[in-house]
Amino acid sequence: MVKMNQVCYRTLDMPEPWRLATYEAAGGYQVWRKILQEGTPRDQILEEMKKSSLRGRGGAGFPTGLKWSFLNPNTPGQKYLVCNSDEGEPGTCKDRDILRFNPHQVIEGMAIAGYVMGVTVAYNYIRGEFYEPIERFEAALKEARAAGLLGVNLQGSGVDFELHMHIGAGAYICGEETALLESLEGKKGYPRFKPPFPASYGLYGKPTTVNNTESFASVPVILSKGPDWFLEEGIPNNGGPKIFCVSGHVNKPGNYEIPLGTPFKDLLELAGGMRNGRPLKAVIPGGSSAPVLLADTMMNITMDYDALAKAGSMLGSGAVIVMDDTTCMVRVLARLAHFYSEESCGQCSPCREGSGWVARIVHRILHGEGKPGDLELLDNVAGNMMGRTICVLADALAMPVQSFIRCFRDEFEYFIQHGKSLVDGGKLR
Amino acid sequence: MMTQSKPGLSARAKAEIDEWLKKYPADQRRSAVIPALHIAQDENGGWLTTELMNEVGDYLQIPHVAVYEVATFYSMYELKPVGRHKISVCTNISCMLADSDGIVRCLKDRLGIEFNETTPDGKFTLKEVECLGACVTAPVMLVDKTYHEKLTPEKVDHILSELE
Repeated sequence: MVKMNQVCYRTLDMPEPWRLATYEAAGGYQVWRKILQEGTPRDQILEEMKKSSLRGRGGAGFPTGLKWSFLNPNTPGQKYLVCNSDEGEPGTCKDRDILRFNPHQVIEGMAIAGYVMGVTVAYNYIRGEFYEPIERFEAALKEARAAGLLGVNLQGSGVDFELHMHIGAGAYICGEETALLESLEGKKGYPRFKPPFPASYGLYGKPTTVNNTESFASVPVILSKGPDWFLEEGIPNNGGPKIFCVSGHVNKPGNYEIPLGTPFKDLLELAGGMRNGRPLKAVIPGGSSAPVLLADTMMNITMDYDALAKAGSMLGSGAVIVMDDTTCMVRVLARLAHFYSEESCGQCSPCREGSGWVARIVHRILHGEGKPGDLELLDNVAGNMMGRTICVLADALAMPVQSFIRCFRDEFEYFIQHGKSLVDGGKLR
Repeated sequence: MMTQSKPGLSARAKAEIDEWLKKYPADQRRSAVIPALHIAQDENGGWLTTELMNEVGDYLQIPHVAVYEVATFYSMYELKPVGRHKISVCTNISCMLADSDGIVRCLKDRLGIEFNETTPDGKFTLKEVECLGACVTAPVMLVDKTYHEKLTPEKVDHILSELE
């Protein structure tokens, strides 16, 4: 039996889980109150965070404790903390439920992070379409301020921490942390050149740390149950449970918060198994940017950062997109290519032109107008997009393109030769 | 008698923008442009006129072009009139695997319009959008400010019939 919902979703089964009283009944704000009362040494918290092996839940999997150590709490001047709730990676919908059902845990996590890094002003950037989460988070902020958990000289401790909500307006690219900072400054979401990294030049040019919603929400539980507990819930180098958003051809799609290192077949079972009992064909294991993996690989893999990387894909945001044998992979790639070409910010030519080019080629294959040589062309365009742009959006398309062609070359070739799908009889959009 | 509403940002809209401005450093009024445009758009029946964008720019003390840049970059802003209800249907991968095609067909049938069109009575505008971030309850659409999840054609019919 897999243990579920122990960290970010710990309030899920309680009545009105988004309320302060509910969160406190679940043990919430104990860590933050203790810090305010006792002035826990910053280094001690930082060491515990490092020991927990929490890795960034937004997609990159960078160790959170290490990231926090890049911001020197003693640097004079304003510093900022930003939560990235611009959830938009296709397949991913875990942060939406954290914000809707457990917003206080994000607040507490951010407050603790702010304390460790000596930051007094923070923002939570929530995507604009998330009307319900926005409402819930704003209400939670009000409750936390009224309870003296946010503001100045909290509980007489001399610690200040103010947290504001900011909203987006529809742009996938703003999930990239420097584009998010530009957006928060009131500009187009154009990713910045790095270096300098946000830790030295972030929001308004000040030192800034950006973490994902799920990362922040993990912090209070790591510190209350201890880093050893968290680490042991997962596997070495992959601490803790992680939320997996299982979508596609399963009987019970859903958000499952389970230990890292859980075998995929157990996760599939939790999600009710394959819809209509059909055979599994392929899985995109970490959001649309992650290379696709075949059924055989998936049925023998554990869901953690290292195992998926070793298999040539990535855990990414934890979005597990399951596809059965009726799925036409040409069609799936055409939809993904359309997405990336829509969402390319247009700043770098290889991405702006390349994504459109890829989308048009796959589109013409899907509409029976593919030409011999199209696959080589696609591979070539994808190769020329990789690693040549300011941010990784180009790579996020190039990787699926190459992996789809590698894994399903016969399907693409059949479509080019016969003008119809090998799988679903040439059904078009 | 019909009353002609005064064009431009209302006092209430400005007061709302002021609330947002409190969140940012005093010399960073530009940070409020995204929320300010949402407020302006909401007040103007769901779309932004050039005059409104200019007024937002003036109110935030930033160049008009800085407002246009934002209004044209982000997908939630409309620069042409829309219907009373905006239906944004997701067709990205998780929704596609859950037959968003069937939902799109149903919507186009019932409304008699294609994407980016408005019904002749000005009631509905239909848009195709990228991932709405509700993939485990696919297929999904956003109607005005409400998510509708696990859609079926029957559910779509019901939702449409409930809208004034």
